[in-house]
Amino acid sequence: MSPSSTQEREALQSVTQSGYKWGFETDIEMEFAPQGLSEEIIRLISAKKGDPDWLLAWRLEAFAAWRKMEEPHWGLLHYPPIDYQALRYYAAPKRKPGPKSLDEVDPKLLETYAKLGIPLKEQAVLAGVAAETEAPAQIAVDAVFDSVSVATTFRQRLADAGVIFCSISEAIREHPDLVRRYLGSVVPAGDNYFAALNAAVFTDGSFVFVPRGVRCPMELSTYFRINARNTGQFERTLIVAEPGAQVSYLEGCTAPQRDENQLHAAVVELIAEEDASIKYSTVQNWYPGDAEGKGGVYNFVTKRGDCRGARAKISWTQVETGSAITWKYPSCLLRGEGSVGEFYSVAVTTNHQQADTGTKMIHIGANTTSTIVSKGISAGFSNNTYRGQVKVMPRAHNAHNHTQCDSLLIGDKCGAHTVPYIESRNATARLEHEATTSKIADDQLFYCRQRGLTEEDAVNLIVNGFCKEVLKELPMEFAVEAQKLLAVSLEGSVG
Amino acid sequence: MSTQPLQALAGKFADAYAARAADPARALAAERFRAEGLPTPRVEAWHYTPLAALADVALAAPARDPAVLAARIPDLGVPRLVFGNGRYRADLSTPPADLAVRTGAPAWGVLPEGLQHHLVALNTMFAEDGAEIVVPPGTDAGVLMLVHLATGGASHPRHAVRLGANARLTLVEIALGEGAAFHNPVITFAVGEGATVVHTVLQEESAEAIHLATVFAEVAKGATYDSFLLTLGGRLARREMHTRLAGPGAAAHLNAAQLLGGTQHADFTTDVVHASANATSRQTVKNVLAGHARGVFQGRILVERDAQKTDGYQMNQGLLLSPTAELDVKPGLEIYADDVKCSHGTAIGEIDPEQLFYLRSRGIPEGEARAMLVRAFIGEALDGIAFAPVRAAMEERIGIWWEAQQAS
Repeated sequence: MSPSSTQEREALQSVTQSGYKWGFETDIEMEFAPQGLSEEIIRLISAKKGDPDWLLAWRLEAFAAWRKMEEPHWGLLHYPPIDYQALRYYAAPKRKPGPKSLDEVDPKLLETYAKLGIPLKEQAVLAGVAAETEAPAQIAVDAVFDSVSVATTFRQRLADAGVIFCSISEAIREHPDLVRRYLGSVVPAGDNYFAALNAAVFTDGSFVFVPRGVRCPMELSTYFRINARNTGQFERTLIVAEPGAQVSYLEGCTAPQRDENQLHAAVVELIAEEDASIKYSTVQNWYPGDAEGKGGVYNFVTKRGDCRGARAKISWTQVETGSAITWKYPSCLLRGEGSVGEFYSVAVTTNHQQADTGTKMIHIGANTTSTIVSKGISAGFSNNTYRGQVKVMPRAHNAHNHTQCDSLLIGDKCGAHTVPYIESRNATARLEHEATTSKIADDQLFYCRQRGLTEEDAVNLIVNGFCKEVLKELPMEFAVEAQKLLAVSLEGSVG
Repeated sequence: MSTQPLQALAGKFADAYAARAADPARALAAERFRAEGLPTPRVEAWHYTPLAALADVALAAPARDPAVLAARIPDLGVPRLVFGNGRYRADLSTPPADLAVRTGAPAWGVLPEGLQHHLVALNTMFAEDGAEIVVPPGTDAGVLMLVHLATGGASHPRHAVRLGANARLTLVEIALGEGAAFHNPVITFAVGEGATVVHTVLQEESAEAIHLATVFAEVAKGATYDSFLLTLGGRLARREMHTRLAGPGAAAHLNAAQLLGGTQHADFTTDVVHASANATSRQTVKNVLAGHARGVFQGRILVERDAQKTDGYQMNQGLLLSPTAELDVKPGLEIYADDVKCSHGTAIGEIDPEQLFYLRSRGIPEGEARAMLVRAFIGEALDGIAFAPVRAAMEERIGIWWEAQQAS
């Protein structure tokens, strides 16, 4: 290596070591539940949230199911056993009910939003002050701080269009019938170990309801933040698109930098009725742990969309750069005739991160189609697995799936794995699957270097090209963000 | 629970073993088997192939002498070793004159971590006989047939094939049978430096038979293990191929065609470990499924940390001829080296209506056109078979299979 590139490397390393810039912790007065998990804790959470009786019953049922289940270990993931009794299942910023002006809002909370760089011109709004301005921003934000949603912006403008966008606790209070009708209808309380845990203890999340024929006038976004120590974050998101409705939703996540691991077990349920379309994008940037693999978020998430009506469409796009452990398989149940499922994913792992992620496309109805494009990038000592299932049920005549999974290896200490499950029970279905694994070709690098790009820039360029098919699926504002995130994630991993 | 009959069966095997004279060579296998039993669908590697059918087969003593099946052995004009219900049959065999072959006892072979496989443990407990075939360095041993005839009961033959440096052997393995028999062979190959093994298998057990075979191949530097499996028979069949490319420049070809109808279930499972640099693996797997048949292909390519410049490719194609057939495919890449070229592809569908239309518009009747397209589909997998007589025998069997499907 030439001296100049050594210098470059040092410069880059200093950047890398500054690493995770979202790793700060907000010192804010919090309200906690005691450590551990029991029926009493669930009753306590339920009382804090002011749950209706049916919801408490549902939580208890989930808890009973969870206690009988075993933690799944089929993923290509290695981590020490999680002590579920050492966690706190409820943590909320202490605040007086309904602040009326900015002065009443904890300034630390506002500071946090500023640091997170959420487009918070509407910080006042987000903090719960009812000042919905005519701001030109096109994105409505719901922010979830540890376990509770702190505020939602642009409520009024959405309400004018008939769209409900609020925290799920608020939805339970204001629209109990809607929530009761849909909650758990895609991911039942006892669906799997982590989903059952979530159902028992979830404290907040977002709720979106787009009525018949309405095209949601702006992008919706939720910002998740784990802050307090030894807490788990268990949010639950429910999005319902009535016949002909359309909505695009984006979630972002960060967490403070800590030596111990934090648990995140979320559930997302999407329901698309006839001709409805839901686009769900995730930029997941939970704290991944330090260069030695210490700390980081354990991200065990169940995401599932249900295309209930004919020609419904659900599209998942994810850019996964964070978390020490990622266990996540956004799925589509393609029930409606001609319904469409899509999954576009970029998963980047560096240092000691481990990701086991992919999708499930279950073709139930006739003429259903699905597309899977997965790009995995492994660097450092990380392991990155694509695990995906495509299942064609006997009645899914003329179903069609195309899957493409590409893995890129950067360095010789990492691993890239592909584990597809392809099950066809209908002769008229057409299933295509392609997977490749390679490294960045020397000639590509040479070509870029020859034209004056540094090695780091060359790698970024090539990686961005490798991920382009996925990044172009993101809403524009976030595509730029995601590209930067990729660059930051891979800093220092070349050479 | 549907797994109970399986546990009961495993218990019967364990009891049968306990009744035998103590044998230290088999004790570890028995211990493993007692702890693990038979795999249920909850074991990831057996998810798509439930062994429940094995539990309902009454493993009664063979009704007839397997010699009655000898006439069905294809005449390839080469020496043959014939086993009947797990025992060597000198009366039916024509051993090669110039090759060291030992029979009369199980040929254990070298089994790296073999006992972790349930059925290998079972085979180790009960193996009574097998062929040990040794080809000295630099020798071309030509073609040899290894035949198994089953007429009932459980057979656990254990064969081992060893090739010295730069040696060469074509082994044609044929399994034939009648009635409800359970055939659980284990074969190990040790392929020396620069040596080549061609392993061609025709599995044509009876429609009630259970055929669960496990093959291990350890391939040294510059050596080649080239295999092809044609599965036609068995109510429940599975062949697991564990191949380790141990030396630089080693190569493995694991090709298969499974042609199934009725309620047959066949599973081709491969595990290729690239343990050394510059090794190559190629897999082409074809499934043609009619009736209520279920085909399974599971393939894993594992590239170890030091196996740079690995070239691995896996192609799987499935043709579903009936609306009630099912195909389950689980390819997999597990890669720990960065300078590799690995890919796999899967395509599943029915006969392309456009191709059918093309042929019909040229005056070819539908039945013939379909036959032509199916033959072309399988043809690609057969192309690699160099020994013409065995290829001809297979093509003939495929023709018979197709006619039987048309008639049913």
